[in-house]
Amino acid sequence: MVQKKGIFSNIGKGAIYLIVFLLGLICLLPLLNIVAVSFSGSAAVAANKVGFLPVDFTTAAYEKILGDDQFWRSFGISVIRVILGLVLNLVLIVLMAYPLSKSKREFKGRSIYMNMLIFAMLFNGGMIPTYIVVKNLGLLNTVWALVLPGAVPIFSVIMVMNFFMGVPKALEEAAVIDGATPFQVLTRVYLPCSKPVIATVALFSIVGNWNDFFSGLIYMTKVNNYPLQTYIQSLSVKLEDMLNAGGSLSSLVNIMDVSSQNLNAAKIVVSVIPLLMIYPLLQKYLITGIVVGSVKE
Amino acid sequence: MKKKTFIQKRIMRSQSMYHMMMLPGMIFVLIFSYVPMVGIVMAFQDYVPAKGILGSEFVGLQHFKYMFSLPDIWQILTNTVVIAVGKIILGTVMAIAFAILLNEIRVKFFKKAVQTIVYLPHFLSWVVLAAVVINMVNLDGPVNQIVQMLGLDKINFLGSNTWFRPMIIVTDVWKEFGYNSIVYLAAITSIDPGLHEAAAMDGANWWKRIWHITLPGMLPIILLMGAMNLTSILSAGFDQIYNLYSPMVYQTGDVLDTYVYRMGMISRQYSFSTAVGLLRSVVGMALMLIANGLAKKLTDRKIF
Repeated sequence: MVQKKGIFSNIGKGAIYLIVFLLGLICLLPLLNIVAVSFSGSAAVAANKVGFLPVDFTTAAYEKILGDDQFWRSFGISVIRVILGLVLNLVLIVLMAYPLSKSKREFKGRSIYMNMLIFAMLFNGGMIPTYIVVKNLGLLNTVWALVLPGAVPIFSVIMVMNFFMGVPKALEEAAVIDGATPFQVLTRVYLPCSKPVIATVALFSIVGNWNDFFSGLIYMTKVNNYPLQTYIQSLSVKLEDMLNAGGSLSSLVNIMDVSSQNLNAAKIVVSVIPLLMIYPLLQKYLITGIVVGSVKE
Repeated sequence: MKKKTFIQKRIMRSQSMYHMMMLPGMIFVLIFSYVPMVGIVMAFQDYVPAKGILGSEFVGLQHFKYMFSLPDIWQILTNTVVIAVGKIILGTVMAIAFAILLNEIRVKFFKKAVQTIVYLPHFLSWVVLAAVVINMVNLDGPVNQIVQMLGLDKINFLGSNTWFRPMIIVTDVWKEFGYNSIVYLAAITSIDPGLHEAAAMDGANWWKRIWHITLPGMLPIILLMGAMNLTSILSAGFDQIYNLYSPMVYQTGDVLDTYVYRMGMISRQYSFSTAVGLLRSVVGMALMLIANGLAKKLTDRKIF
């Protein structure tokens, strides 16, 4: 690109670098703050001395988490949920995307299925009717309540379907001549050349399942069964809410206990670590994925 | 010719297999999407859990009449639309501006580092980010320390009806502008660099080139994203608001989704909550259809 030389353009370039740097900082500093709080002494946290670096560095909060049964139980529930959700989502997405990628002529019922899926994406029964269904199936307080209602992520089905439509027909025809059944065509021809889109929907599933706190909030009646995000959310019940609900004195004292602030911060940091571990993958697949796979039917 | 018909036959014989493949997923869709739709009749009943949907008494449009007689509902609709529109406008402007600026960055590692950081908040949940935001803006937090350094009074950002909506909008833009800039960045890089070179030869400065080349080049994507954003006008972001609001700011911060949740799960007014939810779903669906029509007309692409 031809750039006009001169003082003005240099100042302009410097300004652009500076603004971009500041925007990066604005995204980073609040996250650093909570990490700093988690590593700071409780006295320093209570006195609001902690900015973006730990004050009175200590790992006490993290040591306390190690012995926190409920935290690890919730962590475990979230891990199980992510695994179950991932397997279920991937199997159903792939199984549905393949027939839907066929033309109306090749797959007679296609438009009916497609219309049903699109309508389910546009319209839903709402919170209470869905809750009643989950309750009547006896799923409350089980991990299945977190996984089954979201078993078919329709957006992901359409994304994979679009990708399958782009797979050369000749590959399938060759396999069919060799006597492959549709299922074999799917697993031996389509899946091996669809790794990027499979990775993308897999990551959608993992992040969505890990981050969701709402299903835990409505489908779990006991704190024992909370997934991690719901558990962490329940920690930050605000003082006025407790007063409104007529909270007991001991629970108030518990909230006033400032040392819990760095403990909560540490719990939040630990809850993010699994996401940070897969972040390079997220950057690779989700970010290219949204550009490639977003729209078109 | 003969080979072709053989293949055709094989493919036609695959029909039943295709239906088998659809079956497991469709069972889940039927149970968890379509059965709840039947439950919508609750909105026209006085639903009592013990009696169930079959035994509860029908009351017609009573809940809808009651809903529109409440001053709450207008306040909540206003809150929802103001917050959603604020997020859409500020979010779009920020994402486009950031994409344009990022495109000018030539130092590779700097660009990579900034991208890694600004995309990160998108992947974190509002449970986590609400804690981060509360830490930042509480009365003695870093933001208020800056406010005090400027010689102003401390501001209760999340507890004041003046500040709550701007806080919701700004924190949402903070979380998403990086990630949202990705599509715009892709649109910018697909613009022919020859256009910029020619304009620069003709003496057009940076601003002029952005205004006359980059922005028009991005227009299809901007229109498409605008149409998609239209669908979110009735969902101002449940997770975010639920984790940041308190009874003090219900007046400006309560939105349709949080209201449906409190009426249904906390106050246990099942029928009323379902009625409000139904209103939201119907208008939401209409918006989706409009958005899809607009996207098709303006950009030749469909959203779904």
